[in-house]
Amino acid sequence: MTDRLDVTTPNPADAGSGEVLASPFPEPEPISTNPSKGAKVGLGDKIFRGLAEGAGILIVVIIAAIGVFLLWRAIPALARNKENFFLFGGNWVTTDTSAMHFGILDLLQVTVFVSVFALVLAMPVALGIATFLTQYSPRRLSGPLGYMVDLLAAVPSIVYGVWGLYVLAPVLKPFALWLNKNLDWLFLFKTGNASVAGGGTIFTAGIVLAVMILPIITAVTREVFVQTPRGQIEAALALGATRWEVVRTTVLPFGLSGYISGAMLGLGRALGETIALLIVLRGTQKAFSWTLFDGGYTFASKIAATASEFNDQYKAGAYIAAGLVLFILTFVVNSLARAAVAGRGAK
Amino acid sequence: MTLSATAIAALTLTACGSDKNSSSSSSSASGSGTSAAGTASAKADCGGKNSLTAEGSTAQQNAIAEFNKVWGQVCSGKTLAYNPTGSGAGVDQFIAKQVDFAGSDSALKDDQVQKAAARCGGNPAWNLPMVFGPVAMAYNIDGVDKLVVNADVLAKIFQGQITKWNDPAIAALNSGTNLPDADIKPVYRSDSSGTTDNFQKYLAAAAPQSWTKGAGKEFQGGAGEGAQKSSGVVQAIQATPGSIGYVEKSPAAAAGLKNAEIDSGAGAVALTDDSTKAAVAAAKVKGDGMDLTLDLAALYASKEAGSYPLMLATYEIVCSKGYDADTAAAVKSFLTVSANQGQANLSAAGYVPLPDSFKERLLKSVDAIA
Repeated sequence: MTDRLDVTTPNPADAGSGEVLASPFPEPEPISTNPSKGAKVGLGDKIFRGLAEGAGILIVVIIAAIGVFLLWRAIPALARNKENFFLFGGNWVTTDTSAMHFGILDLLQVTVFVSVFALVLAMPVALGIATFLTQYSPRRLSGPLGYMVDLLAAVPSIVYGVWGLYVLAPVLKPFALWLNKNLDWLFLFKTGNASVAGGGTIFTAGIVLAVMILPIITAVTREVFVQTPRGQIEAALALGATRWEVVRTTVLPFGLSGYISGAMLGLGRALGETIALLIVLRGTQKAFSWTLFDGGYTFASKIAATASEFNDQYKAGAYIAAGLVLFILTFVVNSLARAAVAGRGAK
Repeated sequence: MTLSATAIAALTLTACGSDKNSSSSSSSASGSGTSAAGTASAKADCGGKNSLTAEGSTAQQNAIAEFNKVWGQVCSGKTLAYNPTGSGAGVDQFIAKQVDFAGSDSALKDDQVQKAAARCGGNPAWNLPMVFGPVAMAYNIDGVDKLVVNADVLAKIFQGQITKWNDPAIAALNSGTNLPDADIKPVYRSDSSGTTDNFQKYLAAAAPQSWTKGAGKEFQGGAGEGAQKSSGVVQAIQATPGSIGYVEKSPAAAAGLKNAEIDSGAGAVALTDDSTKAAVAAAKVKGDGMDLTLDLAALYASKEAGSYPLMLATYEIVCSKGYDADTAAAVKSFLTVSANQGQANLSAAGYVPLPDSFKERLLKSVDAIA
């Protein structure tokens, strides 16, 4: 009961005041998943239960089957690899299938680097859009604007790739050249192994990728922000909070876990993006050097570049082995995201 | 039930019959049309089944499309369904009897020869080089309108041993041209392609002392940046000052890129219809049978004056015998029409029209298909 008295006094500027406002209201009892214990179960119930269970099991079986298939095809190729699969980053030589040279070091670095760069660009923008659409924009505008952001997700990735290389890259060229010239003391803007003027760099690719993952992050974040309890917002307003203070004290603490899981969904898409990166990124012959002006391959674009000439199971197996690593990487990223979100929820 | 089934069968039968009638009458009409127009002296034999299937190389895709169009005009009702899935897939499908012939960037390998013979009922399969695609060395240097290179210089550029445009080795070939003190940005094809394979084979044959990286469909030079497909290479060269790259003639010409001339030892040769035709005419065939596997190393290393050696040779892989009569006649008809009437617009599509001497040799092999 003392808590209830506190409600009238918190300073809305305090970061935790949203939680104080929320805590007095007891959580509803969770609904039992088996309320009809002992009751007679009808045929419809049985069928529905069977369908639901079947769907649940099917997805596990499919994922396991993909993993097994990748392993089954990758192992014979790995046995014929003359390099260390995880530490070799040079050119793949798969012409002689009895002694192949391939490894994923560069692929892993480029994939992670371009995806994280895209995420860093997209996350603040997505947060801004979601906040604007749910808290600031007039109700009449937020619907159409939300649809427009969602439409970005409907653009095929080949279009993003062509746009990125033929339209965006020339526009970015002066900016990229300036960064390369004036900020090259920072490793990110050093001259890399792809031509800055040519535009086929991680810099361009990351910006294209950021636009591509923006709608996913925005959509998830918006959906969660909309769920912010009306009562909390009204209480904050009643205490004299400004719009920004309302966002900071109620919407952000409430929606943070949704924002993070949206970002992780976006990261998952970025890791697996193929065609747009295949078109934009230049292939390279030299090792990756952690600059935005490098080119290179991601796992997916490397496979796509060669897929039309797979005429041998060992050659295909080498690329499938790379696919297996991407599969595991995506799996790990998703698990980490789940754990992070679950950790916050439990607090 | 039985009554309706027979009725349908009868309907389809009559439909088939009328279709055959109309197609045969129109084919004779168009046949007389072409001879009246006098476009080709060779008679078109339009026997065999109406639809052929083939699969394979993407490099000859546009040439096949042109051949198919002409074949349909000369022999009404005939079509070829060509599936450009890549040379490897094409040969596999041919061996598996899924398609009538294969288009391939390379002749059958030793282990494929046996399998192909088994597919052809114990008869050897022949490699017929029908389509030659010249490869341009396109470059982008401001103020340099004529650039001469040779295989040795190219090998060193694409291995990163020559890195400046005013390198003495390049300057020696370009006396009188003011070459800038700028970095060379080599551009290669990053996807698996026959163009890369032939470019590397060319360097290995014409500059064996300099090119040590072998061949293969993936670029192994160790320098430069890779672009996706021909369109990507063209874009990269356009966008990157100081760049040079290998790309098929037609996309380079369509984009207005400048092409380097190649000096094989007997003076600089520009990429033209005549210079490529000269190279094809001088091409040697391994052995003297009906199988026309080319001696590419000799073609690439040729020092003949006026011939442009850098090109992609692609084969049609066919059974010498072992087709059923209908298929054999159709394959012969298609190849004959392609080698004759099909050559007229080939240059516009970016390929080398076959020189007469080479065409005769090719037709001899086509005629021998039974």
